[in-house]
Parts: sequence; structure tokens; C-alpha cells
Amino acid sequence: MATVTAPARAPVGQAEGTGARAMRYLRGNGLLILGIAFIVLYCLFPFYWMIVSSLKVEPEIFQTGLIPRSPTMENYRAVFTQQRFHLALRNSLIVAGTTTVIALAVGCFAAYALARLRFRGKFLVLGAILSIAMFPPIALLTPIFELATRLGWIDTYQAMIIPYISFTLPLTVWILTSFFAEMPWELEQAAKVDGATPGQAFRKVIIPLAAPGVFTTAILAFIYAWNEYMIALAVTQTIDRKPVTVAIATFTGSSQFQQPFGTIMAAGVLVTIPLVIMVLLFQRRIVAGLTAGGVKG
Amino acid sequence: MARSRVKVGLVALAAMLTLTACGQGGGGGGGGGEETLANGKTGPITYVTGKDTSGWVQPTIDKWNAAHPNEKVTLIELPESANDQRNQMVTTLQAKSDRYGILYTDVVWTAEFAKSGWLEEIPKDQIPEFSGMLKGPVDSVTFEGKTWAVPAASDGGMLYYRKDILDKEGKQPPKTWDELATMAKEIAPKYNMAGYSGQFFKYEGLTVNAMEAIWGAGGEALAEDGTKVVVDSPEARKGIDTLVNGFKQGWIPKEAITYKEEESRRAFQQGKLLFLRNWPYVYALASKPGKESAVAGKFAVAKLPGPSALGGHNHAISKFTKNKKTALEFIKFLTAPEQQRTRLEKSVAPVSGELYDDPAFKKQFPFLPVLKESIDTAKNRPITPYYNDVHLAIEEAVYPALQGTTSTDQAIKDLAGKLQEAIQG
Amino acid sequence: MTTTPVDQVEGARRKPGPAARFRLRDASEARLAFWLLTPTFVLLLLVVGFPILRAVYLSLFSDNRFGTPEFIGLGNYTRALFGNSSGEFWAAFGVTTMITAISVTLELLIGLGMAMIMHRAFKGRGLVRASVLVPWAIPTAVTALLWKWMYQPAGIGGIVNAVTGADILWTGRTWPSRWAIILADTWKTAPFIGLLLLAGLQIIPDELYEAAKVDGATAWQRFRRITLPLLKGAILVAVLFRLLDVLRIFDLPKILTNGANGTETLSLIAYEQAIERVRVHYGSALAVLTFLYIMLVAFLFVRVLGASVVKTQAREVK
Repeated sequence: MATVTAPARAPVGQAEGTGARAMRYLRGNGLLILGIAFIVLYCLFPFYWMIVSSLKVEPEIFQTGLIPRSPTMENYRAVFTQQRFHLALRNSLIVAGTTTVIALAVGCFAAYALARLRFRGKFLVLGAILSIAMFPPIALLTPIFELATRLGWIDTYQAMIIPYISFTLPLTVWILTSFFAEMPWELEQAAKVDGATPGQAFRKVIIPLAAPGVFTTAILAFIYAWNEYMIALAVTQTIDRKPVTVAIATFTGSSQFQQPFGTIMAAGVLVTIPLVIMVLLFQRRIVAGLTAGGVKG
Repeated sequence: MARSRVKVGLVALAAMLTLTACGQGGGGGGGGGEETLANGKTGPITYVTGKDTSGWVQPTIDKWNAAHPNEKVTLIELPESANDQRNQMVTTLQAKSDRYGILYTDVVWTAEFAKSGWLEEIPKDQIPEFSGMLKGPVDSVTFEGKTWAVPAASDGGMLYYRKDILDKEGKQPPKTWDELATMAKEIAPKYNMAGYSGQFFKYEGLTVNAMEAIWGAGGEALAEDGTKVVVDSPEARKGIDTLVNGFKQGWIPKEAITYKEEESRRAFQQGKLLFLRNWPYVYALASKPGKESAVAGKFAVAKLPGPSALGGHNHAISKFTKNKKTALEFIKFLTAPEQQRTRLEKSVAPVSGELYDDPAFKKQFPFLPVLKESIDTAKNRPITPYYNDVHLAIEEAVYPALQGTTSTDQAIKDLAGKLQEAIQG
Repeated sequence: MTTTPVDQVEGARRKPGPAARFRLRDASEARLAFWLLTPTFVLLLLVVGFPILRAVYLSLFSDNRFGTPEFIGLGNYTRALFGNSSGEFWAAFGVTTMITAISVTLELLIGLGMAMIMHRAFKGRGLVRASVLVPWAIPTAVTALLWKWMYQPAGIGGIVNAVTGADILWTGRTWPSRWAIILADTWKTAPFIGLLLLAGLQIIPDELYEAAKVDGATAWQRFRRITLPLLKGAILVAVLFRLLDVLRIFDLPKILTNGANGTETLSLIAYEQAIERVRVHYGSALAVLTFLYIMLVAFLFVRVLGASVVKTQAREVK
């Protein structure tokens, strides 16, 4: 992946003006540049539009200017005052965070076994775990809802955390296994030969080696839990327990029947920005984790 | 060794399956089920309502709490959408949870909740205000001859129209659907606007609009006791046909198929509609001068050409709550004239008839006489415990006809079939 | 994808030499593996196995709205598949299948294009990769609201109609509504497929292309003869994952149309019945049917196309 061959059209050592060279580059790569521009526009324009809309209020929001004429933070204020969105953010942090911790704490043992140990039926185990990650959550929803109703678990964190484990745990095992399988475990042996105790070898060699993979897996599991909508929609009722996805979708306007898109966009930006920052910071590792785990869209 | 462990796991799993399967109901809050209204206790209680946009609820609760420190009322606000509110109430009541005390229910849910055994019967004689209430709201709390709630707020649809234009044309607002159709067809195009809109998106608002069209032509969906389907009639067909033709002939704009209350209000305020069917809340918003409303001062309201669907809410007491005596006392407090008045000040339509004739209020809300007439002549959407299925059936059958994908005949036939299925549970 | 854990693990297992010497170690490793895997499997049994069995169990009872549920065997299933209201299930079945087919095709084509471009982009690769991750990172529920906003009529801020100059009621008619869902889904996941395929492209040795160029192959021939065959594995896996994902689609139709205009998907009708109409038992039957359909698609896909993947790989080994 890191090996990148240079383009085959190296100029033959002529002194050209930068302008001419740029022209030439453009001619040779015109299509490519167009393609890149297309990708960036395709991916980012709707996101840009979300940000722009979040800065507009009525009546400007009903016009389609690409740059807000009188940008205002009014929508962001409404997100926290009218909609009390900080509660939803807190709920999502608690639910996604707890889910991630449980999935990692349990899954890392399984991943270690799958990546490092030899035993029969490994292929079967991996296959089973992968297919569980692909189960449609709707098949889990009715019994979860019914049980939550019986146990008085409607509008509680556990009614989300428990079902979320059903998809974060298999995902965690799957991605961690691929990270662990790539790790240079020989170094542990080498450290022991150099006189380190097993504890030291684990602390000084294995943990630093494994940390990035574990961290990336944690981010991915967190994002999947953070983004869940259906189960949360069914089991939560109040803003004291609703996660961000459900809260945004049930935002209400100042008058009785309004769907306040400006405020919704502002909240959308707030929910997405942390994820985008994480993605930008760790893009290389996330891509590695995703292509290994390539499970969910 | 490994195999025996698997066996243990399987046994545990089987045990869990049957265990939860046998345990009947009642995990929930528990405990509250024993208390009845007759031997009700006093103490703290919750008041469950949809999101309050009027700003009346919390101050009123505060007032009660100040006077009753040992019977404090706590507000639980549910989402704004009626559908979501119902879902949450049903979920909670099904779990026999004592979390919900007093329920602010939509008029159309009362029968379902009562039939499910989730409500306490209300001793009507203890609430003197009943005698002064409008008939529609009182009907809405009555099911199988018993009273299950106390009417709290009412609502009715009105016809918003462009007075400036009708005056110029020398016309009065339409008295029948045919008149409305003609005016919408002939006058609106002259002013480069669309004729009429209600709420035609596939949601409960469509049931309201479809039923109003059916009633307007003299039809009905279910016979009085809600156990017989009577929708397959020439009248009902004519009613639906009015709307279908509206779309076909263009006097209902094609985008109205996506309109809920807000979208249709916006279209009217932007001056795009000659007639609009909507609730009273539009009046204040459309009267705001300036950028937000292009029609301020140019519109007026009239009674709908046919009966309106009765809107509004009732107060009911959950069977599973504790402190039912306090619940009833608080409902009495909310129903008292003083609270009805302060509530009307926040423009929520009251259930007591005389407030509509109050001169001060009439001045503040010029639409009050029209609204009273609307509520007086309003009909209840079918009062049936299967209302939720009934309204979904209506939407599923009527929507494709408005879109033009099925004929009116087909829609009526589908509707009859679906209604029959719905009222059988 | 190109390096799934299975591949790596299988590779690692083959490496060590004579097995006999390790037999003792093998036994203890297997025991350790058992203990390490146990927590994961116990937990999965609790949060997946138990609910699914329970869904099946629930689906065998009737929804007696105002009484106690009765055991009715497969009654809910016959009702969904053949009964009076079987139209609902089959309509959802058709719509879900169709949305899936169109979305996955579009996503694959756009994703493939993106992968080819990203593969050749040296300058600005970081930028491209970062932007590609943005649609993926936005929660689907937020994506749905964002597109709902963009699909509004031009007069009230709808950017899609404003930019295209069209006057389409995106969420008001049957086909526009379906396309609204398909396009939003494609926007969100085509870049993701691009990433998966990019990983596949990157392991195709450049020498193959160089050699083909020397032999005078055109760009199209190189794409047909080298890129596609070698990318086939990655494409099939990406398509499989996307198939299974779109077949269970819920968030987008729920928020964009709430099932109006012929956009009721399987997950949506199951949700509506179980949660909104409080028919947990009938809803469970619909959920189980959805589950079975998705498993069947996965099975057929692996059976029919998976076999050919193995074959192509075998041929290459020879």
C-alpha cells in the first residue's frame, strides 16, 4: 500500500517555465484532476450544505444561497436551549462509550485467540462471528422491545447498550483479529531472550504494539454505536435517555407542527464534527481497519 | 469437557427462554395496580403531555405545587408528534408502569386506552364543569356508556381564505365543497396562485382531511358504534372524488401531496393559496406583518364547507399510577374556569362553551366565533378502540387515489376492506 | 477484503513446520483458545442467540390486542405471506429488493470509479481519502435528515431542485421517493466501496500493467483483462456486504418518507407492526421473515459467486 510508483512521464530534463510545466501537467492529468474534484465535491458538498444551512435562520434559510449572507449562531443556541441537546450528547457518549468498552474488553481475548493460537474450527468461528455482524437488527428488535417493556427497561441505557453489543462485539473481534495477525509477535520472544520477564515483555513490547490497533477498533466500534438509530428509537422516550440520532430526528419547532431544519442541521454538524475530526486524524488507520473489517456501510 | 460446557450453556439458554415466556406482564413499575380511584391516596404524581409549545403547562403546575406541597405534580414532556406520543404512552401503559399518572391524551385515543384497561373510570358527578362543555369533546371521552376522561382542550379546522381577493371578486367564502371547488378553479388562476390545500401527506392529517371530505358529502366511515363499515356509499365516494379531482384539475397544487400542517401554512403565508384548511394556530402566525407573512391583514377565516374533524385532548388517569386521588384533584383544578381562561390566553381552545362568547377574548382572537361554530358542528373521527388501525387504513387507501395511481372506486373498495380488517383487531 | 483475517490466519497456520512436535502445545493452545473465546460466545449467545430464538417464539402467538396472546403456530406467517394483507409484505419485499439492486449497482460503479481515481491520485491523496470518509462518518439518521432538507421544494430551500433546475416532489411521488432513498444511500456508501476496492487495487502488481503496455494492450483491455479479474474478489466481498446492509435498510426510509409513496421496506413494516401498531407477535413474524430472506441471499451469493471466486484463485495458483 505504501509503495507508490512514480508517474511514468518524468520530463526529460528540460528547463521549462513553471507555467508551461503546469499546463503540461494539467493536460496529462486533466481527467484525473477532474475526477478528484468530482470525488471531493460529491463527498463534501452535502456536508458543506449542512454547515451553511445551520448558519441561516428564517427567512434566509428558504433561499439557496451557497454562502450565508447574515450568518448567525441562533440555531446552535436553540440546539442547546430549546432542544436540550447536551443531554442527548451525554446519553450517546455513555451508551456508545460503555458499549465500546465492553466489546473491547471481551473481544480482545477472542481476537488474540483467533490471531495467535492454533485450534480446530477457527475458520468456522470467524465465519460465525462475521455472519452475526451482518444480522439484521430488526430480528433482535421485537424481543428486545418486548423484554424491555416487561422489565421496565424502556427509556434506560441498558436497553440500548445490551443490543448494541450484538453488532459491536463481532465487529471488534473481526477487526482486532486482523490487526493482531499483522503484529510482529516475534518481538515479544526477542525481548524475553534479552532478559525481560513475561510481564515486562507484555508491558513494554506487546501493549505499545497493540495499542494503535485497539485504539482504531475502539473508534470504529464507537462510531457504529454512536450512529445507531432503530433500536434507540424504539426503546427511548425522553431527552434524558435519547441518543443524538433519535433526538435530532424528533426535534420540534417553535410552533406546533414545524420541523426546524436550521436547528436540525446545526445539531447534525455538532454530531458529525467530532467524528470527522477523528476520521481526519486517524484516516490511515481507520481505512486499514475498515478494509480489514469491511463489514458495515 | 468442552462439550459439557456447551450443554450447560444450552440448558441455561432454554431456561431463560421459558422463564421470561412464563412470567406474565407486570415487571414494570408494579405496585400501583391495587389502588383504585375510589380508595385513592394523595401524594406526588406525574402529568404526561406532548411538548408544550404554548408555555402554559409548567406555570400552571407551579401554581398547583405552591398550594399543594405534599401532592407535587411533575411534568413529563413527550415528543411533539402525536404518533410518537401515542407510542410512548402505549409502551409505558402496556408495561403497567406507574411512571405515567395523568395522561393528556388525544381525543382519538381515549377509546383504545379505555378498552385496554389502562384508564380509571371518571366519576362524572364530581366534575361540575361537564355540564357547560361542548358536546363533541364530551362524546370523545365516552366509550361503551362510561366516562374515561375529562375534556381538556378542543380544536377544530377552519377555512382560511384570501379576503382581499374574494372581496375584489365580490364573493363570500364558500358554503359547500362544490362552491369551494368552483372558486378555487376559477378565481385562483387569475391571481397566479393555487386554489386550495389541506394536509394530504400520508399521515394522520390525511385522515382528518379525507374524513372531512367524506362528511362534507354526507358520507361516513364507520357506523355510530364503530363496529360496522359503511364507507362503500355514493356519498363517501363523492367526498373522496372532490379531493381526487382537485389534484387532477390542478386547483389543489400537486405539491400539496407532501403537505402537513406546516408546509400548507407556509404556502398560504407566501401568498400561494387562495384557500387553506388548517387549525387555529395558523391565525396568529399568518397575521404577523413583515417578511414572514405576505398575507397579514389580507385573510380571514370561515367555517369549513362541511363538518370539521374534532381535535383536542382529554385528561385521563392511568390505572397503574399511585396517588389517584391527587390525580383527580389535579384534573379538577385544570378543568376549573380559571385555568381554562389562562389557557385560552395562550391560545389553546377551551372545552367550555361560554368562554367562546367572552367579549374580551373575542377581541383578542377574532376567529373565536368561527372556531366555536366549527367545534359545535365537528364530528368525532370514528370512536373505536381500533382507531390506530382505522386511521392507518384510511391513509393507505386514500393516498394512492390522491396521487392518481388508483381510481376513487378502487380506493373506496380498498378502504372498506381495510376498515373491516382493522375493526376486527 | 484483500487481507481478511481468515486469509491471514490461514496463512499463519500453514507457516510452522512439522506438526508432530507441537502436538502437546496444540492441545494446550486449543484449551487456552477455548477459554479466551468463551466470554465472547457467551455474550453473543445472550445478546444475539437468545433474542433471535425469542423472536421466533413470539412470532408463534397471536396479537390479541385486548386479551391474552394465543398460540397460533405459523398463523402469523401464513397471514403475512398469503393472507388478506399479504400485499403489504410482498410490496415491501419487492421495494426492498429493488432498492437494494439499484443502490448496490450504482454504488459499485461509482465506487469503482472512485477507487481508480484514488489509485492514480498521488497529490492530494490525503485530502481525497479524508473527504471520502466524511459521508461514511455521518450517522445515517443525520444523513437522512440532511437529504430530506436538500430534497425540499426549491421555494423553501431545497438545494437539489435549485441546483438541477428541476421541480421534483422528491418525497411526494412513488419513483422520486424511491430514488430519493437510493441516491442518499449511494451518496453515503459509494465512497466506502471506493475505499474497499482501492485496497484491492493496491495489491495488483504494477509489473502486470507494465508488461501489458509493452504488449500493446489498450487501457480498456488492461482494465478488462487485469484489473477486473484481479479485483473480482474484492468486488464480490464489497457487494455481499452492501447487499446484506441495504436489504435491512431502515433509517433512510423511516426518516425520509416514513414508508409513504411505495417506500415501505421489510425492516420498516416489521418495525411499524411491532412497535407502532403494538403487534409484537405479527411484527416478530415479519422480522423473522426479513432475517430469513437476508440469510438466503447471503447463502445463495456465497454459494453461486463464492464458488467462482475460489475457482479463479485456484486457476491462478496453477
